Amino acid sequence: MITETQFVRFDSLELDCGETLTDLQVAYETYGQLNEARDNAILILHAFTGDAHAAGIDHQGKPGWWDNMIGPGKGFDTNRYFVFCANVLGGCRGTTGPSSIDPRTGRRYGLRFPVITIGDMVRLQKKLVDHLGIPRLLAVCGGSMGGMQALDWAVSYPEAVEACIPIAATARHSAQQIAFNETGRQAIMMDPDFENGDYPEDRPPARGLAVARMIGHITYMSDESMREKFGRRLRNREAFSFGFDIDFEVESYLRYRGQQFVGRFDANSYLYITKAMDYFDLTLGYPSLAASLERATARFLVISFTSDWLYPTYQSLEIVNALRSRNHDVTYCELTSNYGHDAFLVDIAEQTEVVRGFLDRCHREFRRAGA
Amino acid sequence: MKVREVLGRGDYALISSLIPEGARVLDLGCGDGALLGWLAANKRIEGRGIEIRPDLAQRAAARGVAVYHGDLESSLAEYPEGAFDYVILSQTLQELRRPLEVLEQMLRIGRHAVVGFPNFGHWRVRLSHLFSGRAPRTRLFPHAWHSSPNIHFLTVLDFEETIAEKQWRVETRLFLSGHSQIRFAPNWRAEIAVYLLRG
Repeated sequence: MITETQFVRFDSLELDCGETLTDLQVAYETYGQLNEARDNAILILHAFTGDAHAAGIDHQGKPGWWDNMIGPGKGFDTNRYFVFCANVLGGCRGTTGPSSIDPRTGRRYGLRFPVITIGDMVRLQKKLVDHLGIPRLLAVCGGSMGGMQALDWAVSYPEAVEACIPIAATARHSAQQIAFNETGRQAIMMDPDFENGDYPEDRPPARGLAVARMIGHITYMSDESMREKFGRRLRNREAFSFGFDIDFEVESYLRYRGQQFVGRFDANSYLYITKAMDYFDLTLGYPSLAASLERATARFLVISFTSDWLYPTYQSLEIVNALRSRNHDVTYCELTSNYGHDAFLVDIAEQTEVVRGFLDRCHREFRRAGA
Repeated sequence: MKVREVLGRGDYALISSLIPEGARVLDLGCGDGALLGWLAANKRIEGRGIEIRPDLAQRAAARGVAVYHGDLESSLAEYPEGAFDYVILSQTLQELRRPLEVLEQMLRIGRHAVVGFPNFGHWRVRLSHLFSGRAPRTRLFPHAWHSSPNIHFLTVLDFEETIAEKQWRVETRLFLSGHSQIRFAPNWRAEIAVYLLRG
């Protein structure tokens, strides 16, 4: 299945910071068919560095980032459901972000781009959903930052969400999560090539961005998965170099992933999106998380993973317990996996079964309510 | 009186006979969600479950049951008062560390509690213990002493005494031996007891 990224433009978007962005573009992909009743639409929300290409194969032959979950017969079965995914606001993969041209100046925004929030991302996605003519989504679903967006959707647009599936997510970033993000931002901003965000396109702050990505990668794995994958194995050598070249496999892997990242991700987007995550707090403006989630009319499926120490189980339980305290319809599973935070992308057998069963029931109930 | 079976189980038949159409039901220790699935399909209940074993909780979720994967003993406090019409505890009472607290929570969050347990006073259990001189092993208590999940054995008489102490109201008592519902001498003859209680 070759998938095409599509683009749509919107006049303006009001932001939480008080500013208004004008002339925005959103990149998105769709899979499957929207049915006549328009009750089979599922919005997939990507994580930090993801993009609109969630499933299928693109023209370069690259599979989507959740191709194992989305497709005919898969967890999000495109024979039954209309599935779509958009690049987030502030991103660098087709949707307006700091690397876009500022219509007021004709130059790239850089750090003149306003600071955005998860709520702003969701508000822009709502415009896309309206553009596609979908009154109520069967489901919103995402892992990590995608899960935060899903939660925001359920609270901000309760009338437009039938089911909400936050995976390996949180209702608010913890000190540890903010700390890792800040370390990544500092690595980028301290790179001499950063130039206060006005670096030329062909000379980004590559060293800082690569280091930020290396740190990120460590947080996405687990001690166990790193031991399994790398152990103390040496890279292309029999003995230590007694120098600071690459000795260990794990060093080689992280450097490779860091360098590869520089080619596909914008440093300013890194700053803006991590800041949006750090600002995320579903309780803002409410006396409690339960009071915030009380607005939601969706059924919830919350999933966490045993070895995820970046978005640990207790954060999912905080969401689940707030929902249970208001007797909300919530399904919760902690799935067993060694893959750490990455589990929602790679360890998908059980996740598929749970998502499929939940969606099936929600679709049935949604149809019954509509009939 | 013979009891028809639900999902191959006599006690499920007794329990489901107590649950009216369209009720809000919480099943504690719901396993793979079979009973909740059956009640949803046949009585259109709005069901929730709690299950501690990850494999069973996943299977329950995969069949569309709103299951909470966690320990029922530490997770009832979150539910608001009167959240459910019926809270079911089936064959699990004797495995709990703090059974009284769980029963009290059930009657707080549910208008009714349905409690089913294996009767340790059944004559076969008594004979097994009397003649073998060992911890009883019967059809309903098949485990060796070291691997039994049962840590709080009770009989019909014990449960009646607790109900009287706590001043709970018994709405229905049902007793099962094999596939037959029995009425007389339940502490001797019942293998399984099912109580419908109100706080």
